[in-house]
Amino acid sequence: MGVDKSTVDRIAHLAKLEFSDSEKEGILKDMNKMLDFVEQLNEVDTEGVEPLIYMVQEEGDLREDVVKLEISQEEALKNAPDKDTDFIKVPKVLKK
Amino acid sequence: MKKYLNLQDIRNDIDNGILNCVDLVNGYIANIKESDNLNIFLEVFEDSALRKAKEVDEKIKQGTAGKLAGMVISIKDNICYKGHKVTASSKILEGFESLYSSTVVDKILKEDGIIIGRTNCDEFAMGSSNENSFYGNVKNPLDEDLTPGGSSGGAASSVAANLCLLALGSDTGGSIRQPASFTGTIGLKPTYGMVSRHGLIAYASSFDQIGPIANSIEDINLILNVISGKDEYDSTLSKFSEYDYLELVNDVPRMKIAFLDCYLNHSGINPEVKAKTEEVIASLKSMGHKVEMVDFDLLDQLVPTYYVITTAEASSNLARYDGIHFGYRSKNAFDLESTYLKSRSEGFGPEVKRRIMLGTYVLSAGYYDAYFTKAQKVRRLVRKRTKEILKEYDFIISPTTPHPAFELGSQNQDPIKMYLEDIFTVQANLAGNPAISLPIGKTKAGLPFGIQLMADDFKEKSLLDFSHNLINNFALKKA
Repeated sequence: MGVDKSTVDRIAHLAKLEFSDSEKEGILKDMNKMLDFVEQLNEVDTEGVEPLIYMVQEEGDLREDVVKLEISQEEALKNAPDKDTDFIKVPKVLKK
Repeated sequence: MKKYLNLQDIRNDIDNGILNCVDLVNGYIANIKESDNLNIFLEVFEDSALRKAKEVDEKIKQGTAGKLAGMVISIKDNICYKGHKVTASSKILEGFESLYSSTVVDKILKEDGIIIGRTNCDEFAMGSSNENSFYGNVKNPLDEDLTPGGSSGGAASSVAANLCLLALGSDTGGSIRQPASFTGTIGLKPTYGMVSRHGLIAYASSFDQIGPIANSIEDINLILNVISGKDEYDSTLSKFSEYDYLELVNDVPRMKIAFLDCYLNHSGINPEVKAKTEEVIASLKSMGHKVEMVDFDLLDQLVPTYYVITTAEASSNLARYDGIHFGYRSKNAFDLESTYLKSRSEGFGPEVKRRIMLGTYVLSAGYYDAYFTKAQKVRRLVRKRTKEILKEYDFIISPTTPHPAFELGSQNQDPIKMYLEDIFTVQANLAGNPAISLPIGKTKAGLPFGIQLMADDFKEKSLLDFSHNLINNFALKKA
């Protein structure tokens, strides 16, 4: 399964990344190289094997769901790149 | 200031009245400034470290000091400490200040450890040479032309260069053990589910573990006692995560140890590394341990399995960096979509973008089963086989890395070559079991390299006892 330029565009769109044409060349080359490399997975017979998803195989240890105020509004705004006194500011979403 | 190799020596000097914590911290800060060109620390927490040192000195006088009193610790730049900056060595988090402390930091401070600063690493812990940091690479303190390894390259170097007593790093595929190997230090990746990941900036959540790098097994043992254990902020911790031990046992029983034929006879292995591993195996036998060769037929699949699953998890974990709530926002953005696109594209470095792209691809419709699910199935087989071996044997021994530290700039042109750096270390992350790198190898040219021991899940106690014994034996032999 090789990757072409349109696949790179589609994946970049999904990943919310953009690349210049020359960067795309590099990404295309790297992705194909890596996909060739991971082809080695197909040498293993996994018929009837369950995928391993959770590393800790114990029953979930749940705690009481308690409402806590851990971060104040002021703190939450602290690292925002653009803000006023109450809100995080974002560029316009709707076009006029 | 003299070089301290373990906390006990520091405590002895404090008890004898020839040292206090403030002088100790000032001594380390002076060392950090002197070795500034190695680019090991991204920031020294001078004020908070000295404040804590004063507090600990007072507590020592009162006799109320915690277990870590006198231990000066660096944290990798992906571990959060309230009121301090943390960036994962990325431009996208430049200037970000943590609103809370990671559980490990809280536990360390509670036991009177002193956190001296944050260390450089590969961006989002993705790399094996520390060359992927936005803030420049780290130079190996043993030879400045060489890499210290990665991703916890700054962490290992901070210990090797005597800039602190112990470092916390994180290990997703070998990121503690490989730099430990390259800098002549000890590095432990604990069992998955042993140490809370709360406040560790996530790379691949089913692999990441925080662990220590130090010069002595005693200090590794002590810090594990402090940082392990249940945490209501991390539901993946095991009920076996409490590490209650404080003392190491000097006499270890006869052990059964496996070595994997395919590891030792791997085509990429350096002959000196191979010879040393064989020598260690021979001396283990002469000490009365049973060491046997074991088959492992999934070697070629380890790194591919690792890359499919970790990139998938990374693409999901790194979706939170959107240029909106925190971190870098592009000045070139003009609407919401371009805020995402440009902030992420300008904020992430090339290796991070490469992995997000691969991860997004293997999770996308049409490829999910062929790559992601397939890799998860192979991961189960890797774990099954690893557990089978560790049921029959106490440890698996191997080199930590196929070779000693390589030259800066020599491997970063070919991502796959760099990924194969992890060939001996990823097995423990795929299977979840603990592994340690011990600095008992040295090439004729004087470069260190590590020998790795793996144990079964939550067998850290016997792993550390045995490691302690092995290191002492090799130290005796040298003397």
